[in-house]
Amino acid sequence: MKIAVCVKQVPDSWAEKKMVNGVLDRENVDAVLNDLDEYAVEEALRIAEAHGGNEDGGPHSVTVISMGPDRATEAVRKALSMGANDAILITDSALAGSDALATSAVLAKVIADGAYDLVICGTESTDARMSVVPAMISARLGWAQLTFASKVTADPAGKVSITRVTEAGVDEISADFPAIVSVVEKINEPRYPSFKGIMAAKKKTIDQRDLATVGVSAQSAWSQVNDATPRPARAAGIKVSDEGNGGEALVNFLAEKKLI
Amino acid sequence: MSSVFILADFSGEKSTKTTAELATAGARIGAVTAVVLAGTGKGAALAASVNQGPIAQLLIIESDDFASHGVAASADALANLVKEKSPTALLIASHAFGKEVAARVAVLTDSGIITDAVDVAADGTATQLVFGGSTTVHSKVSHGASVITVRPNSIEADFSASTPAIENATATISANAKKAIVSSSQPPVKGGRPELTEANIVVSGGRGTDGNFAPVEAFADSLGAAVGASRAATDAGWYPHSHQVGQTGKTVSPQLYVACGISGAIQHRAGMQTSKTIVVVNKDPEAPLFDIADFGVVGDLFNVLPKATEGIAARTN
Repeated sequence: MKIAVCVKQVPDSWAEKKMVNGVLDRENVDAVLNDLDEYAVEEALRIAEAHGGNEDGGPHSVTVISMGPDRATEAVRKALSMGANDAILITDSALAGSDALATSAVLAKVIADGAYDLVICGTESTDARMSVVPAMISARLGWAQLTFASKVTADPAGKVSITRVTEAGVDEISADFPAIVSVVEKINEPRYPSFKGIMAAKKKTIDQRDLATVGVSAQSAWSQVNDATPRPARAAGIKVSDEGNGGEALVNFLAEKKLI
Repeated sequence: MSSVFILADFSGEKSTKTTAELATAGARIGAVTAVVLAGTGKGAALAASVNQGPIAQLLIIESDDFASHGVAASADALANLVKEKSPTALLIASHAFGKEVAARVAVLTDSGIITDAVDVAADGTATQLVFGGSTTVHSKVSHGASVITVRPNSIEADFSASTPAIENATATISANAKKAIVSSSQPPVKGGRPELTEANIVVSGGRGTDGNFAPVEAFADSLGAAVGASRAATDAGWYPHSHQVGQTGKTVSPQLYVACGISGAIQHRAGMQTSKTIVVVNKDPEAPLFDIADFGVVGDLFNVLPKATEGIAARTN
């Protein structure tokens, strides 16, 4: 099985995020591998391990695919240190400020050219939180979409099955390769990179490509930000100490506000 | 006058109040056509429940592919409809299914997309609260139909009765959209409480519950509220992960949010700080969540909540 995992470098979720000229300021914040993509990397490794592992030169491989500036190599190395075999990073100044549609077009081209059997993604990035890129890649490639998986079973003979869990319920879904899978948080417990893994990752290949090499042209964003303003901070209101009547005070407050 | 399509939102066989919210937002832009995607022979029954909000027309598309091929089949049918009828905008509920349908429709119709809008203006400008609600963004689609997903519970809906004209359309679904096969579907287990993201009131518990959610649930039930949980509580296995409120869980924006025994890490705030009114119960007076609380009680939730539950019962009986 040739498995690809799409990952994104995002601002640390603890960091304060700001918009500059209509796009997220990514320069001045700490950047990390998107939390939710770690589950995707882990699941890809587990799928390979369930069928003998992803030794270099063996029948199964896990390739990390990402789009981002040079510094995104850090997030890619993290995924490699978990145990992925190699990586492709698409870096081009023309991609700055890309929307999800443009991102999915670039990723879809790289995926199509790599002839992967399975592509695994996280359900969303912690910065934009759109949850749309896996569905967009699937629509662009005409591949089966198996998203929001809480369980994935892949048969190297060419079939993948998932349990999809959303607010709408639980679905059992299957498809033939090639397919796009997205995994929800808690599908697994992502491994911590071992010292050996970290050292090995330094020697692994990151194939960095510009748009010309990928063979697509940059597409401008199809939605325009008119303005972005920080919301005024909420001020603290009334605070009472419970001396046995805290519950009553709470009910009185709710009644005053006509919430009950 | 421009035309706007909305994808009618259903829970089981009934239209949700989100459908009326989408219609209310859509009617600001143009005449609203609500699209009902239904299994063969089920369209009329589903359509009958779409009876609130400013809806001018109902368009029923029936196909068993919607159930057996999921998101991709629904998106294909909708995309072909958009190509044929060229609406100015397409509004869809912002949940997992809705966002994925919107994503595919945007790709298939060469349209821009905006997700998680909390408001939509007459010119199609969408308002989003990003970065955990700390920043307000206004943006507009600049190519194709404006595909916008709207967060449930954000728009004050016009619930007036509607008697829309009913039309039927044929589903056009490509072979590619039928590659994923849904072999079984189970509706969510409903505990009689409202859906977290749609609830007017949410009562959440955190580390301070020490694993005992009974007082949180009892208080929630006295208010007819949904129950949420912090990541600490779901990670500890005290409450199902599907109830997690926060950056990596659900984002809620109810009229009232009551946080019990939750200190308020930035990740939790990201999921609830756009709530209209915030109440905090915590025995630690230094809990950061007090900083954004409209009303805070410094006290043990095991003492405060049962008394509050009694107080509510006394008032409502």
